[in-house]
Amino acid sequence: MKLEIKGLTKRFGSFTANDHIDLTIEPGEIHCLLGENGAGKSTLMNMLYGLLDPTEGEILVDGQPVTFKSPSDAIAAGIGMVHQHFMLVPVFTVAENVMLGREQVSVPGVLSRRKASAMVTELSERYGLRVDPGTLVEALPVGVQQRVEIIKALSNEAKVLILDEPTAVLTPQEIDELMDIMRSLKEQGTSIIFITHKLREVKAVGDRISVIRRGKVVGTAPPSTSEAELAEMMVGREVKLKVDKDPPDTGAVVMSVEGCTVVDPRGHQVVKDVSFEARAGEVLGIAGVQGNGQTELIKALLGLVKPDAGVIRLDGDDISRHGPRESLDDGIGYIPEDRSHDGYVGAFSVRENLILDIYRSDEFSTGLALKLDDIAANADARIKEFDIRTESAETPVSSLSGGNQQKVVVAREFSRPLKVLIASQPTRGVDVGSIEFIHKRIISERDKGTAVIIVSTELDEIFTLSDRIAVMYDGRIVATVSPDIAREDIGLLMAGATPDSGPASGKTEEVPA
Amino acid sequence: MSTQAPAPPPGAAPEPAEPEPRTDLRDPRSWLPSVKVTAGAFVIALVIGAFVIAFSDDDVIESLSYFGSYPWDFFTRSADAVWSSYSALVRGSVGSSNAIASTLNRSAPLICAGLGVTLAFRAGLFNIGAQGQLIVGAICAGYVGFTWDLPPVLHLVVALIAGLLGGAVWGAITGFLKARTGAHEVITTIMFNYLAASILIFALGHDTFQRPGSDNALSPKVDDSATFGKPLGDGFPVHTGVVLAILAGFAVWWLLERSTWGFELRAVGANADASRTAGMSVAKVYTLAMLFAGLLAGLAATMQVLGNQNSLSPTLPGSIGFDAITVALLGRATPLGTVLAGLLFGAMSVGGVAMQASAGTPKELTDVLQALIVLFVAAPALVKGMLRIRETGGGSTVMAKGWGS
Amino acid sequence: MAVATAISDEGAVDVRDRGDVRRQIRLVSVFGLVLLALVFFYLKIDDFGVKYTLGERVTKDDPAKDLDAQTIMIAGLVVVAVALLLAVVNKVPKGALGGLIYFLVGVAFFAGFVFWNYADQTGTFSVAIINPFPGTIRLATPLIFGALAGCLCERAGVINIAIEGQFLMGAFFASVASSLAFSAEMGLVGGIAAGVAMAALLGVFALRYQVNQVVLGVVLIALATGLTDFLLSQIPDDPDIKKYLNEPLILEKVPVSGLVDIPVIGPALFNQTILVYIMYGSVVFVTLLLFQTTWGLRVRSVGEHPKAADTVGINVNRIRWQAVLIGGVFAGLGGAFFTVGSTGTFDSNASAGNGFIALAAVIMGRWHPVGATLASLLFGFCFTLQAQLAFLDKIPGELLRASPYLVTVIAVAGFVGRVRPPAADGEPYVKS
Repeated sequence: MKLEIKGLTKRFGSFTANDHIDLTIEPGEIHCLLGENGAGKSTLMNMLYGLLDPTEGEILVDGQPVTFKSPSDAIAAGIGMVHQHFMLVPVFTVAENVMLGREQVSVPGVLSRRKASAMVTELSERYGLRVDPGTLVEALPVGVQQRVEIIKALSNEAKVLILDEPTAVLTPQEIDELMDIMRSLKEQGTSIIFITHKLREVKAVGDRISVIRRGKVVGTAPPSTSEAELAEMMVGREVKLKVDKDPPDTGAVVMSVEGCTVVDPRGHQVVKDVSFEARAGEVLGIAGVQGNGQTELIKALLGLVKPDAGVIRLDGDDISRHGPRESLDDGIGYIPEDRSHDGYVGAFSVRENLILDIYRSDEFSTGLALKLDDIAANADARIKEFDIRTESAETPVSSLSGGNQQKVVVAREFSRPLKVLIASQPTRGVDVGSIEFIHKRIISERDKGTAVIIVSTELDEIFTLSDRIAVMYDGRIVATVSPDIAREDIGLLMAGATPDSGPASGKTEEVPA
Repeated sequence: MSTQAPAPPPGAAPEPAEPEPRTDLRDPRSWLPSVKVTAGAFVIALVIGAFVIAFSDDDVIESLSYFGSYPWDFFTRSADAVWSSYSALVRGSVGSSNAIASTLNRSAPLICAGLGVTLAFRAGLFNIGAQGQLIVGAICAGYVGFTWDLPPVLHLVVALIAGLLGGAVWGAITGFLKARTGAHEVITTIMFNYLAASILIFALGHDTFQRPGSDNALSPKVDDSATFGKPLGDGFPVHTGVVLAILAGFAVWWLLERSTWGFELRAVGANADASRTAGMSVAKVYTLAMLFAGLLAGLAATMQVLGNQNSLSPTLPGSIGFDAITVALLGRATPLGTVLAGLLFGAMSVGGVAMQASAGTPKELTDVLQALIVLFVAAPALVKGMLRIRETGGGSTVMAKGWGS
Repeated sequence: MAVATAISDEGAVDVRDRGDVRRQIRLVSVFGLVLLALVFFYLKIDDFGVKYTLGERVTKDDPAKDLDAQTIMIAGLVVVAVALLLAVVNKVPKGALGGLIYFLVGVAFFAGFVFWNYADQTGTFSVAIINPFPGTIRLATPLIFGALAGCLCERAGVINIAIEGQFLMGAFFASVASSLAFSAEMGLVGGIAAGVAMAALLGVFALRYQVNQVVLGVVLIALATGLTDFLLSQIPDDPDIKKYLNEPLILEKVPVSGLVDIPVIGPALFNQTILVYIMYGSVVFVTLLLFQTTWGLRVRSVGEHPKAADTVGINVNRIRWQAVLIGGVFAGLGGAFFTVGSTGTFDSNASAGNGFIALAAVIMGRWHPVGATLASLLFGFCFTLQAQLAFLDKIPGELLRASPYLVTVIAVAGFVGRVRPPAADGEPYVKS
């Protein structure tokens, strides 16, 4: 099936998200769509999948113009999509999720779970995507959930498969597996549109690469193009792929964790006997695939959950029983992984969000009343210092772009003296310019003598920032390694290979803390 | 070098959070759309009310039987019925100094209880329990009012404090249950309303609360020393409790917009997770917010017991606690809006009685009108569509989430 | 969407889970309190002679029989003591067996409480314990209908606080329809029509105009209260007119021959009105509908993850509309109970807060029709017991009347706590 896009345009009010986009997807090719966060890739795909109506332009399937009023039209035309945020109902089984929308029935209207299971088993065998049809989706690891998404798309006999940022949640090994799956699908005649902002992946698997910047296709390139060239096309200027930083000037141990164990509300141990130390003036990176206990570990460090066993010390004092307020007062800075959920109050103005966790300090409060003038002055200073692009200090944070929202959180946390900075996914969903800026600020905070703990699922970020890397798998820290470790080796550690048993042995070096 | 990211498309905003309901009076853009929508809702409700009046009027129904031959009768009689009802409504509420005083007296408890609902709203809590808090406050204030013997002003102050405390405790329990166990406040406050009503009836069955020589469930009269005075005399019989209601409006405004704790309360109301992460105690905010909400409902209770009725009876709370919810909704959970909405509903309620007396239209019509107004205010798109208002904004900004806690 | 965790139990450290500790504390304190209460009841009773009958009233043909309350109470004490012991050593099993233990403890408590109330009567006539189950089923009927409406709406992601409003309108128009048609069955049709009309109003404002659904529910209740009061006051007192508007026929009891003779449960289950039999069918129907049909799968998907449903071509708002309207049918039937199903004439505020209790039953039943039905039955039992015990003066009637509300608070706060509603409950779906 040949898919053509001609002059496709989408406007939201005065903002043009997609500006006259032309693309051709040849049958049986892997076409990569490269662009940074907010470039308009998802908008384009949502139009292709019938989730959004185009303002202008047309879509042609095998030369015939088509209009997709809803996803069912797109599905009928042979388009399948694996969404970045999985479109799976967590409390349904795999089979129920796959059959949703085209249910398997015994008599009309009555579900047949047996038929649905058989369908899932058949598809999973045909494409080599192992999955148990009877399991609840919420009980599956993210990588397997993605397989379910792919099966779901394939069950509709998709001839064009759209994969929207599919690698964000996978280990390097799982990414390799996914690329194998993509190649085998291609051999069976399926075309694939592969959306990503990761240069390495497009080069590894793409047949052709189209780069989107600010809603426009800025060029199409063969996979032989160099990473630097692609990056420049994507961002529109020369990009430094590395942050300049001096070797760390490591000081005393600031935060130490011994035997920390956390049990989640469902009774599972999600953090198991974790011990590490963070020293002044160094960046400790915690690498790992999402869902291996990093989230809960960080919450325990801040006091949002109390560890069920173990001790957390700050400057030698036991803070395991402290709540977030005491932890913040102790000098812990915290950039949460999900900023809209935990980092800011969307309905509040930039000004108010900039004092969200320091509003009680003498600077901004008399005890009973807020010092409105000082709060306004603080906001003006931070907006300038951190280059926060906002209409005014009174604009609600929810209407800023992702990068600027994150800058509000970062600016707030850096506006008081810190002993430890804990940053979880500090640049998730943020444009390249903001990434560079935030990384620079984190390194300068390190150079001030703060102990920095970075949790990231992006290996590039871990390598860019860390002085030491702890790898988490299945709730444990399986190894602590130096940042010169090879990418493949850390990938194996992230997949659970232990340094002494797995093939990674001998290549990892234990770094003395 | 430009690194500015394009503004995200509207749909890509991480959460469609509406801005806080805050009005800067100097900037008409911030309140004009709301005012237009509210006025529009009011007009549409009145129009629907007019139809209801017309079609429940005997003369109008009769004229329908010969509508084909003489339609004019139908229209004049309808207009007569609507005009006499609505003019009676207006005259009864603001037509004389006596009427205005009644409106103010009736509005004061609505405003106070409404402020309690508003305050809880801003903490993300939907307080349906104003009624129960008001009843408990009334029992406490009444008990002090007719059993204790204290010198004038002091007696009033003590009775007032008793009412405030009663309401505050009743509210705080539901807040505490929410904070500690996650029990949804909508369910618990409703149940606490029934519990309070049972307690009131139980109390009225006891000798302490029984008026000597009466067979009805009626308490003794509150001592004169414990009632709100009417300093302006019979010409304008408004009681001093009304001043307290206005003061309460200012206090709530200051608390929400200017105080450190109000910042915490609003933050928790808008995003409890981010507030917890920022070191705030969500449990404390929930408990205290409900405590203050109960306190305000208790204040409303004192106006009923120590100002308007002067004794306890099963009918004393009326539907003030429930009307308080609609008042707060119409006031968009802002203190100023709540005060204005309280005055409007107070006027409608006083005028409704006059309408029934002089035009024969049941006073329940005002309940229907009030519900319709709030319904339309909650759906600004509908009002704008019907009245062809083009502006954006003016949306309902009341915060209350689903079941998730 | 919650990201599933990839954590296994492998390499788990030996620590006590706090959730387990909390469960133990809760069980020990609850069982302990029940035991204390039972001991109190036992010691307070001087004369254990209690009479009972399996019928709904004592008649000449069915005289009251003597009951050995002492033995039963001792058995109850033993059961609760064993349960407490199990809780202390933290060996209370989970699952069905645990459920049986909770049930037995509950039965023991109620038995002790009832005996204490009925024992040592001083009046000239001794009141006998009567079979509470017919009353339980009858009084639970509107609650179950309301709860089914709630389940349907909320499973589809629309919060329905306005069950009380649907009840009121249903009750009023059931009365009008029955009076106009001189047929109690037509009353049910009138109730359904009113319930669906209210549901349509809920749908328009919640789905078309995306009004906050909790707010909307409260406003709709206010509207229904005002409207029914207004219409009621417009019905003239002239009996010639009134009989066409608010003097409905009442549904007759239809005993199911054969089944009605089963002791205890026969009269409870099979000597009821047609409305109650419809209720039985409705529970089965809604349960099958939600969990075994294509439509049910779609309803649950739009309540949990509407966007996922949209991406496979399901029209989210259409499914939600259907669920809300079908829910309206049941809510209307529940409303009809308050007029044609029980007392007849519509009075102001006829549903008397039952809609709120139904709402609580939805939550206590964790949004499952069967769970909500069981919760409704518990409330029906409380209502029945309260009506019976009010004749004895151990506890003031006013306080007894409050007991169902207290039970709700204790249940919601103590046992249900942070329940997991459908993930998208109350969130309007806007395409992005």
